[in-house]
Amino acid sequence: MIRFNARGAWAIFVRELMRAFRTALQSIIAPVLTTSLYFVVFGSAIGTQMNAVGGVNYGAFIVPGLLLLTLLSESTTNASFGIYMPRFTGAIYELLSAPVGVAETLIGFVGAAAVKSLILAAIILVTATLFVDYTIAHPVFALLYVILVSASFSLFGFILGTWADSFEKLSVVPMLILMPLTFLGGTFYSIDMLPEPWRSVALANPIVYLVNGLRWTFYGSADVSIWLSLGLTLAFLAICITVIAVIFRTGWRLRS
Amino acid sequence: MQPILDIQGLSKTYRGGLVALDHVDLQIRPGEIFALLGPNGAGKTTLIGAVCGLVRPTSGTIRAFGKDLKHDWREARRRIGLVPQEIATDIFEPVLRSVRFSRGLFGLPPDDAKLEELLRALSLWDKRDAQIRTLSGGMKRRVLIANALAHEPDLLFLDEPTAGVDVELRRDMWKQIEALRERGTTVILTTHYIEEAESMADRVGIIRDGRILMVDEKAAMMERLGRTEARITLARPMDRVPDAISRFPVTLAEGGAELCYRGGGDGDAAHGGGKAAVAELTKALIAAGIDYSAIDIRESSLEDIFVDLVEEGVA
Repeated sequence: MIRFNARGAWAIFVRELMRAFRTALQSIIAPVLTTSLYFVVFGSAIGTQMNAVGGVNYGAFIVPGLLLLTLLSESTTNASFGIYMPRFTGAIYELLSAPVGVAETLIGFVGAAAVKSLILAAIILVTATLFVDYTIAHPVFALLYVILVSASFSLFGFILGTWADSFEKLSVVPMLILMPLTFLGGTFYSIDMLPEPWRSVALANPIVYLVNGLRWTFYGSADVSIWLSLGLTLAFLAICITVIAVIFRTGWRLRS
Repeated sequence: MQPILDIQGLSKTYRGGLVALDHVDLQIRPGEIFALLGPNGAGKTTLIGAVCGLVRPTSGTIRAFGKDLKHDWREARRRIGLVPQEIATDIFEPVLRSVRFSRGLFGLPPDDAKLEELLRALSLWDKRDAQIRTLSGGMKRRVLIANALAHEPDLLFLDEPTAGVDVELRRDMWKQIEALRERGTTVILTTHYIEEAESMADRVGIIRDGRILMVDEKAAMMERLGRTEARITLARPMDRVPDAISRFPVTLAEGGAELCYRGGGDGDAAHGGGKAAVAELTKALIAAGIDYSAIDIRESSLEDIFVDLVEEGVA
């Protein structure tokens, strides 16, 4: 009896990864260019006039936040498009009629989305060295954290792509929720710089914990505890996996 | 012989209350070509979807290759192929990569030699590097067939395989389906084209409003339900049917200038069917001294049977 279709998972993974290279201009060049512009404007230009934050040069301070901004947005968008497009074109029939279950589908779609984000993160980090000086205090931890965040938000994107029934809905969450929360989540500032009650309000923003978690791996200090950040990220990952398991069990939005 | 597909009491009620399948029982024999005929909305696509995993049945059981699809779906699906009604695929993919993906998705190792053979058989080899979006409608449909055959299924569903394709391509598709039969693949096709079922199917099922109205060998169905219509042009018009031929199911037409016979089917089968009855009728006419100048005789087609059955269902 077949319990896991490894070739099926690999086929989805390769196809999804190929899709990114087929649309390299949109999937790779555009986000790298956008993030580089942030480095130029906030890092090289304005950053030189700003005070250091927590002992870290401002240009370097914003690197983890900008990296996270790209990771969240690209992981979510890649995975949501990955599952939404076959639903939209009807090609989902092939997936649904194949001997692939939740594990193969997730490894294929979410794995590819996460790997794409990691490739982007690597390119962005290399590009950042052209504009700002930064260090990574805990590189192994940073890598694991980036993988964790990419996987979590790819899962979230998969849920989004399953839920959406229009292209508008597909872009609403990344543009109107993730982007503002990331901007207000301490990407460009330390929340300790905020006066009360705004500092307390900021702590209700879940992205604050993600940004600070990654910032800790870079500079060894952050506004909130790394363990709290890690715990919340793992909880988010668990919630996404549970939701997707329910989606597959019930066939919600996938099977009629 | 154990059926390759055994459907028992299958029902599907969509949210909103639409009953798409209503206690469907259907057994498909290995190696046969089975045509499922039915008007739009009869439940053909839902039935296929339920077997292929696209639709969640409300109740009933489906066994394929002796395995319950609810529990052993991986094993069963590996051996089932589906060509959908709509051209639904990633149109930006090149043809060869698309069939490679399909093969991998179903858990088979890469085998480019086999895929080459498949694409050549479908006249797609020259287009293997072309993006699917650049192909004609007929070629795109062939790609869907190639995708469905890439994992060498034992049971193939073709949902309206020739809908919207030109006559030449339709005949080409029929040849390919015939070739599949020769390879031992069991084919279940839904179609609007009765001609398609008539020329290819071993057995025919008629579905309407989610219920299977009839399943039979095509030949048996035509013999049992087929009708013969004969129009006999009389030398001299008559004002009533003479007593000598009143035992035949005849009526007068064209103002008494034509004698119209409608018979055959179950009632006459034991006596040689409608054609034999028409021969008896002509003998009776001659014996009664009734002269005639022409006979036009026509057997009903599967389409007539289908229309009659569906209309009876409506009534």
